[in-house]
Amino acid sequence: MKKWKELVPGAVVLEAGSSEKFKTGSWRSFRPRWIEENCIQCLFCWLYCPDMAVKVVEGKMTGFDYDFCKGCGVCARECPGKKGQKAIVMEPEGK
Amino acid sequence: MATELKLKELSKKPDIFCHGHRMCSGCGAPTVVKMVLLATEYPVVISNATGCLEVSSCIQDLTAWKTPWIHSAFENAAATIAGVETMYKSLLKRGKMPENVKFIAFGGDGGTYDIGFQSLSGAMERWHDMLYICYDNGAYMNTGIQRSSATPLGADTTTSPAGSAIPGKLQPRKDLTKIMAAHGIPYAAQASPSHWMDLMKKVRKAHEIKGPKFMNIIAPCNRGWRSQTDDSILLSRLAVETCYWPLYEVEDGKLKITSKPKEKKPVAEFMKPQGRFKHLFAPGNEALLERVQQEIDKNWERLLKEDAAE
Ligand SMILES: Cc1ncc(C[n+]2csc(CCOP(=O)(O)OP(=O)(O)O)c2C)c(N)n1
Ligand code: SF4
Ligand code: SF4
Ligand code: SF4
Ligand SMILES: [Mg+2]
Repeated sequence: MKKWKELVPGAVVLEAGSSEKFKTGSWRSFRPRWIEENCIQCLFCWLYCPDMAVKVVEGKMTGFDYDFCKGCGVCARECPGKKGQKAIVMEPEGK
Repeated sequence: MATELKLKELSKKPDIFCHGHRMCSGCGAPTVVKMVLLATEYPVVISNATGCLEVSSCIQDLTAWKTPWIHSAFENAAATIAGVETMYKSLLKRGKMPENVKFIAFGGDGGTYDIGFQSLSGAMERWHDMLYICYDNGAYMNTGIQRSSATPLGADTTTSPAGSAIPGKLQPRKDLTKIMAAHGIPYAAQASPSHWMDLMKKVRKAHEIKGPKFMNIIAPCNRGWRSQTDDSILLSRLAVETCYWPLYEVEDGKLKITSKPKEKKPVAEFMKPQGRFKHLFAPGNEALLERVQQEIDKNWERLLKEDAAE
């Protein structure tokens, strides 16, 4: 953490999106696991994730950003999956 | 051309509100902000009232915002952005700014319904070209769940504690969306992140209207609601389906319900998963639970009538 004298005067932050340096992934006690064969690419997981931790490339869900995922489980709860089979399951962290 | 309101297309837009923010796991507010900004197709300047969103999104020199963002105090997010908008208009006239910059203020319910209300009311009356968004989690969450005038009837908070003396908050919520519409502003609306398309359409519409706009968006808080970290979207959906949080807009004085639940669910379905209402399901509190339902029914009936009258 910076000392106050090292900060820009006037409580100004000049670097947009600098929070990216603060990894919130260590908060997690549950970890989402993606089961690709059940994924219908609806992107609800991406939409509802409060931590911008669902990786979407060219309009397709590709997995999670575990540096930032806090393990809330919203994505798993909202995932419709295929034929009642969820494409995201939550598992205890560190197992 | 505006990005189509399709998730595949929207997912290609860069994040304006980024990860690394420190709101609680599963908080509803970041998703609300994300949706508002996904729907926004213009450069934006944002002001933020003190509260969970502000406190957790800019800590020391780490900011989650990738757009100009200003925090000054708890009670004046509307006045702050009104000042920025006024300066912008002056610079625009002198050719020193590009056209079509939009101005948004975010405030929590405490910062909007109560403490920042005079500032909001004044900015609306002065007709600033801005969109004020209240993310309503129904209490002063950042300082430890104190009741606000947005806290629902019967809710347990640290300043309306359910116990032998009182069964939680004794008063119903203040209907702020209606109060804002009564300012005669061109657009006031209520939205929910569960109904993301409805929410985004409202934001888009608001940005195309000149003058003051207000949106009230429900934002579940698992800490204060005593619910689970994974149910923010589920609860915001139940809020709509029970008519606890009706989706409507008031445009130039005309009220329109934008999404009617196919089947109106009992409000208990919204309340039961939340620990802040646990006592209402214990023997002896049946009458209060019934009163909560009656308040919801009364408001919904009134909305239906107003909707039909247009
Ligand atoms: C004038 C003033 N009074 C009190 C506070 C302390 N305070 C900071 S955040 C907060 C609660 C904010 O509640 P709300 O606006 O509902 O936002 P939430 O935290 O629930 O998201 C309070 C009381 C303050 N910062 N300034
Ligand atoms: S568990 Fe929560 S934070 Fe992690 S990816 Fe899913 S929604 Fe995002
Ligand atoms: S919510 Fe489920 S089905 Fe939809 S894209 Fe995400 S993982 Fe796939
Ligand atoms: S206390 Fe509630 S509103 Fe505040 S960050 Fe936590 S979950 Fe979100
Ligand atoms: Mg609040």
